[in-house]
Amino acid sequence: MNSQNGLAIRTDAVSRHYQMGAALVRAVDAVSLEIRKTEFVALLGSSGSGKSTLLNLMAGLDRPTSGAIFAHDRNLATMTPDELAQHRGHTIGIVFQAFNLLPRMTLEENVELPLRLAEIDRSERATRVREAIGRVHLEARLTHRPAEMSGGEQQRAALARALVNRPTILLADEPTGNLDSATGDEIMLLLREINESLGVTIVMVTHERPRAERFAHRLLQMKDGKLIADGAAA
Amino acid sequence: MKVRDLTELAARNLREALVRNSLTTLGIAVGVASLVAMLSLGVGLQELANKRLSSSGLFDAIFVGPHINDRGFGRQRTTPVSETEERPLDESARAQIAKMPNVQEVYPEIRFNTEILYDGNPYMTMVAGIPDSARNGGAFDGMQGSFFSSPSAGEAILQIEFARQLSDKPASLIGKEITLRYAERQSLPPDATSTNSKSPAAKSAASNSADPKADANPPDAASDLSPGFSVIPRQEKLRIVGIVETEPAAGFGGFGRGRVLIPEIPAEKLSAAQQNDLREILRGRPNGEHTFASLTVRVKKPADVAAAEDAIKAMGFSTFSLLDATKNLRLVFAVFDALLGVFGSLALIVASLGIINTLVMAILERRREIGILKALGASDRDVRSLFFAEAGVMGLLGGILGVLIGWLIGAGMTFGTNVYLARQDLPAIQISSVPWWMVAGAIAFSIVVSLAAGLYPASRAARLNPVEALRYE
Repeated sequence: MNSQNGLAIRTDAVSRHYQMGAALVRAVDAVSLEIRKTEFVALLGSSGSGKSTLLNLMAGLDRPTSGAIFAHDRNLATMTPDELAQHRGHTIGIVFQAFNLLPRMTLEENVELPLRLAEIDRSERATRVREAIGRVHLEARLTHRPAEMSGGEQQRAALARALVNRPTILLADEPTGNLDSATGDEIMLLLREINESLGVTIVMVTHERPRAERFAHRLLQMKDGKLIADGAAA
Repeated sequence: MKVRDLTELAARNLREALVRNSLTTLGIAVGVASLVAMLSLGVGLQELANKRLSSSGLFDAIFVGPHINDRGFGRQRTTPVSETEERPLDESARAQIAKMPNVQEVYPEIRFNTEILYDGNPYMTMVAGIPDSARNGGAFDGMQGSFFSSPSAGEAILQIEFARQLSDKPASLIGKEITLRYAERQSLPPDATSTNSKSPAAKSAASNSADPKADANPPDAASDLSPGFSVIPRQEKLRIVGIVETEPAAGFGGFGRGRVLIPEIPAEKLSAAQQNDLREILRGRPNGEHTFASLTVRVKKPADVAAAEDAIKAMGFSTFSLLDATKNLRLVFAVFDALLGVFGSLALIVASLGIINTLVMAILERRREIGILKALGASDRDVRSLFFAEAGVMGLLGGILGVLIGWLIGAGMTFGTNVYLARQDLPAIQISSVPWWMVAGAIAFSIVVSLAAGLYPASRAARLNPVEALRYE
């Protein structure tokens, strides 16, 4: 079994093809890879290389056209929509380049949202929300709405929201893409701290190779939907 | 997602687009209001009609006559008359009926021609006996003066038209005295008629007759006949206590055609000769005992009529009630209510289109939010439930507001009607009614219609592809 072998994610010739008019777009084309538990992996590639599509497949937000994709030992390709929702709610946490916080909610409410969806008991929620917000050092911003926070704070808030359900895998899609260099580094430090202290497996999509080399354990390079390189960070 | 979380999120989402959602909710409220106003009018009119008919005494009354075989126009007697087969409708029968369960009172119809003396002038009119139960029946609501002070008071209530004959100012008659002149019926002793029938002339006529049938008659057959009665003029002073505007409960079984109304007990004691007394002479009791042409039996409520009617029939009397008429009335009002309900529902259906429009717009606006929810673990069912809950909350609020507006419209219609009636010098009435079942039903209907309207938008939101939704700007 994957999990018994220490694998968090394994893809087996996984493909995601789109029909765009007459043309067939091979966004992800027969990619096979293994990501071990607690590993911090950076998925590199230029725009349109298929790295975000592969991340969406790992998140269970999209389904592969062919092949298999395992999170721990469960094949996402054969899961029902409800099972995929469970997977997104309990096994993984996701952060996006655009933060994707709900603008009408305060930081506290945004972080609490996954707990509501996972039907976590109300008595436990406050503790878990405070714990997640404390981990990203935003205690002073509890009642602030996203518009009242900086970009770096919003991404930290998104990280707190991704961690509140205590996932084993954290998927980050260009988490520093909308941030300046210093703030981006702060987020990367936070990701490394989460990886090391919580043992959470991190798969991060980025096009910033130098930053990936500084913080990730392993670099995967994609081009035209294919995995073209796989190696340890320098 | 748990119901409480779902409701909180739905309420939060509704607050965000406050103006649009308020307008949509108001649309539902207007639809519910039109439904409630229409139905309240139907129910109110039905209650008004029921109240009026109940107060008329027609629907809780049973009219009892002797056995049907020897009653009825042009019917031939099919069986010989004997003591065992035909029970007389007399005092003992009246007492037995009065003891039946749910029977309030039993009284004969008393109505006789009379001459009234007032201020030295005579006036020919009709007197009717009024049972004490009429006091609470509503037939005397709005009368000038008061109802009889007691069931046996020597008092009279005048019908307005007759009162106008007595005085230009009918209200001034209250407290005045009138003199009632009438013909008292006094039974003759049985000997008087039997002597006559057994006179030598009669005996001779019987013996000389060639008709064998005449011979077949036993010599004392005439003793079966009623002894008859004599008529003696009497007068009685009565005090006028009230004047009734309309003729109360004219028609079958009521007190119609009576221009001077007096309590039933003294009316009976007067033993005034009535039109049906001639019939009683022909078919009366040999011992001269008084029998009734008919009795009116009043039960506690219309639902008791059928059982009482059966029991009276079992005693050997014929009965008649207007129970079937009330059934038909209910049917007419049920159809009337259904039609009003359909027209009222049309507005609610139009309002439901508003819900669909609002929620479809919300899906377009909140596409990215739906994507985020799905990325965070929301299932299709969670998203569908969220939109359903929003539709349901709008339906609930619109339903409550609509019932309130509908009630106000009904109250306004009643108010407007009463202003008009007051100008016509007519008593106020309640033409709309919003019972609790209508409040609960209208709110439930509003929620159901809103949920039905939310079906399409909710399923469309649930089907959104999260990847595409997250890309949406």
